[in-house]
Amino acid sequence: MSTTDGPTLIPDAESAKDAIDRETSRGPRKLGWYSRAGDWWAERSRPQQWAFLVIVVVLAYALPVLNPPIITTEPGNDWPIACFQMALYALVAVGLNVVVGYAGLLDLGYVAFFAVGSYTAAMLTSPDSPFLHIPYLWTVPVAMAVTMFFGVFLGVPTLRLRGDYLAIVTLGFGEIVRILATIIPAFHGQVGFQNVGHPPGVDGTGRPIFSNSNGTPWYWLVLTVIIIILLLVGNLERSRVGRAWVAIREDEDAAEIMGVPVFKYKVWAFAIGAGIGGLSGALAAGQLGFVNNQKFDVVTSMLFLAAVVLGGAGNKVGALLGGAIVAYLPLRFTAIAPYKYLIFGLALIIIMIFRAKGLLAARQKLLAYGKSTYARVIARSEQPRTSEPTADGGKKQ
Amino acid sequence: MIPLLLHLAVSQPHLDDSWITFDIPSFLQNFWPATFDGLTFGAIYGLIALGYTLVYGVLNLINFAHSEVFIVGCYGVVFVLTTLGFGPNPPTISIAAVIGDMLLAILVGMLASAVTAFLLERFAYRPLRHRNAPRLAFLITAIGASFAIQYTIFLIRGPNPEPSVTMFVPEPVFEVFGTTIDSQQITIVVAALILMIAADTFIRRSRVGRGIRAVAQDPDTATLMGVNRERIIVITFVIGGLLAGAAALFYVMKIPSGVQYNGGFVLGIKAFAAAVLGGIGNVRGALLGGLLLGLIGNYGQLLLGASQWTDVIAFVVLVLVLLVRPTGILGTSIARSRA
Repeated sequence: MSTTDGPTLIPDAESAKDAIDRETSRGPRKLGWYSRAGDWWAERSRPQQWAFLVIVVVLAYALPVLNPPIITTEPGNDWPIACFQMALYALVAVGLNVVVGYAGLLDLGYVAFFAVGSYTAAMLTSPDSPFLHIPYLWTVPVAMAVTMFFGVFLGVPTLRLRGDYLAIVTLGFGEIVRILATIIPAFHGQVGFQNVGHPPGVDGTGRPIFSNSNGTPWYWLVLTVIIIILLLVGNLERSRVGRAWVAIREDEDAAEIMGVPVFKYKVWAFAIGAGIGGLSGALAAGQLGFVNNQKFDVVTSMLFLAAVVLGGAGNKVGALLGGAIVAYLPLRFTAIAPYKYLIFGLALIIIMIFRAKGLLAARQKLLAYGKSTYARVIARSEQPRTSEPTADGGKKQ
Repeated sequence: MIPLLLHLAVSQPHLDDSWITFDIPSFLQNFWPATFDGLTFGAIYGLIALGYTLVYGVLNLINFAHSEVFIVGCYGVVFVLTTLGFGPNPPTISIAAVIGDMLLAILVGMLASAVTAFLLERFAYRPLRHRNAPRLAFLITAIGASFAIQYTIFLIRGPNPEPSVTMFVPEPVFEVFGTTIDSQQITIVVAALILMIAADTFIRRSRVGRGIRAVAQDPDTATLMGVNRERIIVITFVIGGLLAGAAALFYVMKIPSGVQYNGGFVLGIKAFAAAVLGGIGNVRGALLGGLLLGLIGNYGQLLLGASQWTDVIAFVVLVLVLLVRPTGILGTSIARSRA
């Protein structure tokens, strides 16, 4: 099959040199607007990193209580609930980042997994549904399991084929889930499910802690979930699975030849991404307390994708940031809210053309544990590298 | 977890009619009308599917924004027809005038779609090609462009569908299997077939068509042989746009109130499913897939009740084809078709 990814006509010396040039000599400058931050971070010692992280986490937890004056949302948008929305989008972006960023698979129907998670939570807790009712917190793992099943169900036919098919099948799935929710009577269409459950616990006055209008505990819950998911995903990223994903993303054929079971790891990535989507859907259903077929527009998938791409596909901190920004901007500047789909649609095109790596670029680094090992390998690989780019760079100028 | 799920499955109180019901009597009763109606829809799907297939053949890219290329054409058609005084009521002018107006509308629709496709290629895809961007970047750009166009229309025309436009009242022409075939169905199917044969002939016979096939077969060799690849790509996008614009008129004729900012989206997925069903990259496959999908969709809709089932069925067909025979019924690609 002749791919037409671009004009790779004759691999002459010039273009080969260009490629090396791109990869190495201009590497650090191309990494991202905030690549210095990444370098700075890598230079800190472990205790310093931990201390810094603790401060960031404490600040993050304090965010809804602090309500900083300039950052806060405009009147009409409740700040703790806005925080919850941001955290939810960040969680979704972390999940989608596994699919798009790590494994390089384009999932355009992520909202469908979100919807499946929401419906699972709603149908197992809402008094409107005839099913067995279980405590809300139990629905979260059930929702993840159900969405992972759907992920495998969609992934198996399409992941053997080229990436484009996965993209359009997921795009279709995003719309189909909404249509099915409308036309199958059991899903109650626009009437939906009221009084979706929430985690237990009441405050001093006897009102539930996790009420729909109180965003702060929900925000804390999602933030905790994000931290757990980040730890899990981070471990996966540095494991055999993560290395396989990166290999697949960079060159699927080469990975296959090197003995990576490409199909298996693609299904893994897709299912894990779907599971995190379901998890966030279940959380969203709990906070809103209401699920119907109007909340899962396929265009929301595009917002999720914009969050990942904007933050920097393949970088989990970037995904967090991207998710928070995509949720935050329309809430902070209500004037742009009607235009948000247009803005983020155009943003996708512009980012792809001018800055494909996003705000925080994924760093090409050794995916392994052990800082000292990493430093040693870097030091060893640096030596032959330094001579070539300088000669090359001199010629280019 | 597993006992919990098992318990869940057992304790479902009524699974009978709240999920899916099959209406077999209605299916048998309306089989033939549904067949002819399905072929009419199929012809429209086929015309849109050609746009996907051509671009896929030449660029190996699914142009997600093709559904928006189509919907822009619909707006062009509706705009011309409403300007010419057409409305929800059938027009009172002579047949010749109606045909003249429809020709003008189809021309404007084709032009609008072709210009959209051209701009899309020029400003979204070409910069990426020049940068040698990875495949993922093309797909992300395509989806970004798709929603950007949708919401541009949304901001200009609002969320509601355009007022419906009736071009002529369908009159029964002849009867087959006890079912009347009306003039509208004949117009759509015949016109769509003519357009598709014209496109097929153009690709097989003309010089530019040879260029398209050459680029689809091997872009590098084609370039070395003196084919201007950039020009061929632009022409391919424009041809896809022209056909989508023509399909727009038939769509407006068939579903007068279906012109909405996001109306192209599901139709695009159906057309893509049609293209895959017939064999993506294959011009005749687009026609075959379109007609088949039109039939399957209509039968399914009869059997299951709601009209939105056609969308679900198209999607299920797409997944099944990908699972069983990803190359589609006719397989192959534009490249291998001989002049």
